[in-house]
Amino acid sequence: MSDLERRLARAPADAHRLDADRLAAALRERAAAAGLLDVAYASIDSPLGDLLVAVTPRGLVRIAYPGEEEGRVLEELAEQVSPRVLRAPERTDTVRRELDDYFAGRRHGFDLPLDWALVHGFATRILQATARVPFGSVVTYGQVAAEAGSPRAARAAGNALHGNPIPIVVPCHRIVPASGGLGGYGGGQQRKRYLLDLEGVHRA
Amino acid sequence: MARVSPDVRLPPFQTLVDAHATELHRFLVASIGSTDAEDCLQETLLSALRAYPRLRDPSNLRAWLYTIAQHKATDHLRRRSRHRTEVLETARAAEPSAGPHETADDALWAAVRALPAKQRAAVVHRFVSDLAYAEIGERIGCSEEAARQNVAAGLKRLRREVTA
Repeated sequence: MSDLERRLARAPADAHRLDADRLAAALRERAAAAGLLDVAYASIDSPLGDLLVAVTPRGLVRIAYPGEEEGRVLEELAEQVSPRVLRAPERTDTVRRELDDYFAGRRHGFDLPLDWALVHGFATRILQATARVPFGSVVTYGQVAAEAGSPRAARAAGNALHGNPIPIVVPCHRIVPASGGLGGYGGGQQRKRYLLDLEGVHRA
Repeated sequence: MARVSPDVRLPPFQTLVDAHATELHRFLVASIGSTDAEDCLQETLLSALRAYPRLRDPSNLRAWLYTIAQHKATDHLRRRSRHRTEVLETARAAEPSAGPHETADDALWAAVRALPAKQRAAVVHRFVSDLAYAEIGERIGCSEEAARQNVAAGLKRLRREVTA
């Protein structure tokens, strides 16, 4: 290696490390201003663990419990909504505030616009019917299916609810089996019990 | 909202930023200097983000990002040389004897920045990023042999300019 090559290899960059946080902040600000921030996400802590929350310019599109792998959730958003996915905590501030208030018992309903981009077909009607079930009450799978216009589709309703991309805010925890008990929950039955307890619903 | 065609699977853009921002920054510091490297990196990533959903071949995202960074660096140097000519002319008119204080390394990196775009990128990839010629060719869009020639030509020119 010649002296010149050695001098080149002592890169000037070592003295000028990238400030990754500053870059990220500038990038998401400019991306948002240019209308290029299609999916913004952040992690929000809650009594049920760290929630991965994603929003689009249309509204809240995804809430994922810690059991779901973050990489997989983001890939799904990239494939089904837009690959322009950036970490951008300030875009999820409203969601964070409303969730904080809900978990603290100060809020009984959410005023968040929703983006149903991850929901298709029959599940759309089921989840939209679910979104109308008020705080502190429960309905059965059959009732929510009937509300969605398909009274005999209780089982299909259960599947749709299990795939709810926006749990807590679209309150699938308020849907229970007619036979009693809690029924299943995408985030695990303990979380369903926690949410119903929080809302003052006590089911055996 | 930019929808993706179902046959192309693009990873979330954030993963590209996390994986490649540091090395792109290093490339840009070597190519255009530390003062403007971060801004140029923002421009690079913003352009990439804009074009991303329409990208047809996601098999080498890293090479794609480097191509954009290289173009941004070239644009930047072209703008700067135009600007500098104006500034220098003004300065010369005001104070004829003013000369810049430069260290030997400053002179070397200034000479790197003055190389033709392909030679500059090839030299930086070879010695700053420590890449093999095949990889350099992939990143600047030429064959392995052409990459080797670009590095050699760049070095020759640097030797002439710096030791002169």
